[in-house]
Amino acid sequence: MAKHEKDATFVGDSRIRAKRIPNIAPSYSEYPGKSEPFWPNFLLKEWMVAAVCLLGFLVLTVSAAPELTGKANPNNTSFIPVPDWYFLFLYQMLKYPWAAGDWVVLGTVIIPGLAFGALILAPWLDRGKERRAFRRPVATWIMLVTLVGVFYLTWAANEEHEKSLASNGGGGGGAGAPAAAADPNFKAGELWAAQQNCQNCHGVNMEGSAAAPNLQKVGAELNADQIADIIKNGKDGKMPPGMFQGSDEELTKLAEYLASLK
Amino acid sequence: MIQKMYDWVDERLNITPMWRDLADHEVPEHVNPAHHFSAFVYCFGGLTFFITVIQILSGMFLTMYYVPDIINAYESVNYLQNQVAFGTIVRGMHHWGASLVIVMMFLHTLRVFFTGSYKKPREMNWVVGMLIFFVMLGLGFTGYLLPWDNKAYFATKVGMQIADTVPIIGPYAKTLLQGGSIVGAQTLARFFAIHVFFLPAALLALLGGHFIMIRAQGISGPL
Repeated sequence: MAKHEKDATFVGDSRIRAKRIPNIAPSYSEYPGKSEPFWPNFLLKEWMVAAVCLLGFLVLTVSAAPELTGKANPNNTSFIPVPDWYFLFLYQMLKYPWAAGDWVVLGTVIIPGLAFGALILAPWLDRGKERRAFRRPVATWIMLVTLVGVFYLTWAANEEHEKSLASNGGGGGGAGAPAAAADPNFKAGELWAAQQNCQNCHGVNMEGSAAAPNLQKVGAELNADQIADIIKNGKDGKMPPGMFQGSDEELTKLAEYLASLK
Repeated sequence: MIQKMYDWVDERLNITPMWRDLADHEVPEHVNPAHHFSAFVYCFGGLTFFITVIQILSGMFLTMYYVPDIINAYESVNYLQNQVAFGTIVRGMHHWGASLVIVMMFLHTLRVFFTGSYKKPREMNWVVGMLIFFVMLGLGFTGYLLPWDNKAYFATKVGMQIADTVPIIGPYAKTLLQGGSIVGAQTLARFFAIHVFFLPAALLALLGGHFIMIRAQGISGPL
């Protein structure tokens, strides 16, 4: 409870004092340097910085649409998992033999635990009064070396992921029929472009992938009815049934389009 | 008119001290990029908050379309992205904002570290900041699953396998997050709840603490 003066008066039966405090900003002239009030001078500048950042952010958003791969399919064995980029350095560590298998605890608990533990306890590990980075070389060097490690691991993870993507796409292993050589100039029609699920395995321009054959000349082997049947019921247990999105009429149209590709 | 409304509220609630607390503090020269351009490094904390606000707003709009179950989750995201007017912008802002907030927070952490601002008397604020960092990583991890596409599904599956290797608590943590023996319907529901209710609540509480402590202690002095 706040101390109450004997003769203080209050608003009604509340604890709000009747004597009002004037709403006047103090002068900062007695502060060292060129201090300025937060409101409104500095806040306006902060908003200008924020506006510039927002502009960059929006340019990024408009120029690069977020990726949406095919609907989650637990039976898809060819998909190479990858975490979001800011987890890559932790993920990459687990790929090295000294932090995998019997030693996996080193990679999942001990090293991250020590690193993040030290970071959270930094004020008690580095208790000196000196604040300048180059006057406390131990803390600075540990941080710099850690940063280099984090950047390296992130880079290495990305490099490895791209390599495995390339070998997965080019190898064609696991596909039912040997994939015909994909024609890089081939452009799929609008009917195909509307089918996210089909594109997920057969590719945006029907070029095929490790999981599914090339369809750029599928009309040479199958007629429209056979194609419609495969789309509806799947094939060989590899292509799942019911991936097509749309009406039966649209399915027939797509099948006819595919059959026309020779 | 506005002055009268202010006075009316102020008489009853005594808001002037609160308002002066919030708005009325000096910004010293060494953090003001208008005086020293290199002081832009002091902007990263504010920008982290700015992007966090964008994340909260864009996330609120995403939930207008998103359906957190395994049948509809992917379709609802696909619909939002490809059919709804400006839907790709809303999803794009949340998607890219998630990365930017990590980048800004990383830069802010480095600024605080290399200027030694975590030292006495600001130890507690450093710890709260690190907790905010972990909550943000948790938001990133749980949000990654929600579109329910292959990328999301398999990343989460691997994440669960990694959690499983942690001695003693690992299998329990995995069961708690996964809600069963596989990444499935329960997992999506739990990740949605964690991403939309649990972690944002923790985040707002921590941010409140972070800002109150800054107000109480002031920004660290020049080097």
